Amino acid sequence: MAEAARAKPKPTPETQHFWDGTQVGELRLQRCDACSHVYFPPRPFCPSCASRKVSVFKASGKGTLYSYVINHRPAAPGFTPPYAIAVVELDEGPRMMSNIIDCPQTPEALELDMKLEVTFEKLDDKITLPLFRPAKG
Amino acid sequence: MRRNQVAVVGAAETTELGVIPNMSQLQLHADAALNAIADAGLKLSDIDGFATAVETPQQVCHYLGIKPTWVDGTSVGGCSFMLHVRHAAAAIEAGLCKTVLITHAESGKSMIGKQPRFTPPDSLNGQFEAPFGVYGPPSMFPIPVLRFMKTYGITHEQIAMVAVVQREWAAKNPRATMKDPITVADVLNSRMIAYPFRLLQCCLVTDGGGALILTSADRAKDFPQKPVYILGTGESVETPMVSQMETFNSSRAFKVAGPLAFKEAGIAHKDVDHLMIYDAFAHLPLFGLGDLGFMPHEETGKFIADGNTRPGGKLPLNTNGGGLSYMHSGMYGMYALQESVRQMRGIAPAQVPGAKISVCHGVGGMFAASGTIIFTNEK
Repeated sequence: MAEAARAKPKPTPETQHFWDGTQVGELRLQRCDACSHVYFPPRPFCPSCASRKVSVFKASGKGTLYSYVINHRPAAPGFTPPYAIAVVELDEGPRMMSNIIDCPQTPEALELDMKLEVTFEKLDDKITLPLFRPAKG
Repeated sequence: MRRNQVAVVGAAETTELGVIPNMSQLQLHADAALNAIADAGLKLSDIDGFATAVETPQQVCHYLGIKPTWVDGTSVGGCSFMLHVRHAAAAIEAGLCKTVLITHAESGKSMIGKQPRFTPPDSLNGQFEAPFGVYGPPSMFPIPVLRFMKTYGITHEQIAMVAVVQREWAAKNPRATMKDPITVADVLNSRMIAYPFRLLQCCLVTDGGGALILTSADRAKDFPQKPVYILGTGESVETPMVSQMETFNSSRAFKVAGPLAFKEAGIAHKDVDHLMIYDAFAHLPLFGLGDLGFMPHEETGKFIADGNTRPGGKLPLNTNGGGLSYMHSGMYGMYALQESVRQMRGIAPAQVPGAKISVCHGVGGMFAASGTIIFTNEK
């Protein structure tokens, strides 16, 4: 690890449930009660139909590798290059940015559409990040 | 908006481009503005409308001593100036102002009087992208590339050819930053930045600026320069988070802005003599050719690799050398517009003979925003 720490999220009232979830090992998404649309990032209304009646639920944590870069330079504080910055397509539909761990950071190892599963990395007492690793089995 | 009711009557870049260590960003705005004023044969007191991005309109207006009755501070990234042209044309047609000055400048290399970019940790980007190691455009803008390549069967060599062809154009341009010829092998052996992109597939980082002056077509014939008319315009935004684009197989903002401009202009793709597609990175011309409807995305890589966009090709593209070889201060849209105006005036260093219609397509904030302007020199 480089000396500086990686950028740390600061939750807002609209996103707090997501970051509370990662602390207890849950990847939380939202579903519209009116039209069933599942969406991310968090907000207290449906971006598809504008209904304010939405529910938070625990996602499966499973997804596939949609796309990525392997960043060489400049490296973000807290990262040792080369490292992959990935976009994961969750089984529930939404996509999210993350990192792929327990896997060589190479084009050969990082195959598009490979199956992934969520894992969690605690940064401090308030923030735990959702990361992904190749799915087992 | 009605066609050909508004024209560009002044256009200029900063006196120098490249590394300009003796000027602040604000002074670069003024340098470009004064050059454009001189180009149009005007006085600053003739300007009654003003638009700029990043720097505020009030900052630049006060520095220049302009007293506008119409201002636009739309700041959506590198295509902000395409949006300014569209908004200014509407404002002139509506009678809100008569003569609009649009300025861009950026001390992108020397960083004099320029605020560093900052992503607040409680913004959505700060919460859901920054923690995963994105750090500047090279780590973000190419994230869709591998998906795009897989979907359409585009090869690394084809995307490398974007940089090779644009260097051919730059070689014809005395003001281009990089003029030496390069090969596909040079591109694919250059320093890795963010796989799949290497150094020669990423834009330059330079200092510079540019300015445009627009007025009604009725008045335009009284100016010293050949008028360049606004034939069609389009704009849109999608998302500031690259991870949240609807798809990596195209840009939604491109697919809204581009066709809107073509429809307004009332032209077909075969009518286009000259094309600019903002190339902060080498994949953007491929996205643009597909999303603007020139051809299916599957054909874009082969189209460029086969030489159709190079000097003498059937669709001259990024004829100043582009952000990859001409210059890129951080918000390149103004330089694409300048090249379209030069081509329509018939004075470009690599002039396309007889060009009558130029399409200028911009992107901003990674794929966050888009603006398209179609110019013509015939009314």
